[in-house]
Amino acid sequence: MITMNEALIALGGGVLIGTAATVLLAFNGRTAGISGILGGLVPPQTGDANWRVSFLVGMVLAGLALSTTLPEAFTTLDRPVWTIVLAGLLVGVGTRLGNGCTSGHGVCGMARFSTRSFAAVGAFMVTGVLTATVVGQWLGGVV
Amino acid sequence: MSDQRTLAVSFVSGLLFGAGLVISGMTDPTKVIGFLDVLNGWDPTLAFVLAGATGSHMAARPYLKRRFPENVASGMEKKTEVDRQLLAGAGVFGVGWGLGGYCPGPAVAAVIPALGSTVVFVISMIVGMGVFRWLQGRGIAA
Repeated sequence: MITMNEALIALGGGVLIGTAATVLLAFNGRTAGISGILGGLVPPQTGDANWRVSFLVGMVLAGLALSTTLPEAFTTLDRPVWTIVLAGLLVGVGTRLGNGCTSGHGVCGMARFSTRSFAAVGAFMVTGVLTATVVGQWLGGVV
Repeated sequence: MSDQRTLAVSFVSGLLFGAGLVISGMTDPTKVIGFLDVLNGWDPTLAFVLAGATGSHMAARPYLKRRFPENVASGMEKKTEVDRQLLAGAGVFGVGWGLGGYCPGPAVAAVIPALGSTVVFVISMIVGMGVFRWLQGRGIAA
């Protein structure tokens, strides 16, 4: 389990994420869904690419800026490269098929009580929990 | 959609979003796996992050609807019905999430500090997004 302090920090980090979504919707009329923002660049469309790149550069720079203060936040999983490749492929194709990820459906969609988003969050939570639990329990956590 | 103000808003939103993910611990895939693997000393951090993010955005929406009605309307998903593609896609995403411990945002925010397998994950994810375009082009996905 985690301490009260850790829970409050997690809640506070979450509020920053929610604020980012509020800012983007209020001033740009865009949903802060990362798979949609990135997926809209595969391939890039004329006139629609710049705001996406700008958002993603902000995210990357935020990570870079905090990397010396919070190095433990950038731990990586000790898993074989084929597992990482498979995981990335499934996340890429799945989020685009499902039109959203943890941010687009989880944060933005559920905040506006979208039925599609509640269904999507239910689906990816179920398969996420099943996958991580099966890998952790019976496959030694290293698959 | 590419005037200076739009780009500045996008950049600031990306900065806030990325900082929130790092501070809340979501760029650490071991914490995400710790939440999803329910039989191995469960880590509830992700639930607090989602509560803070969804809750604060939800609280702001009534004000946004009054103050920026056009922008709020344009940020809505066009589809409204729960269909097979939505459930299948979300299900497939969950499997990848449970295997790698990354969803798209944290992987992007962690890509430079974490390097190594995170770069491999991000490249694979972009390839997966390209696979979706290919499926779309062939009429297999909508």
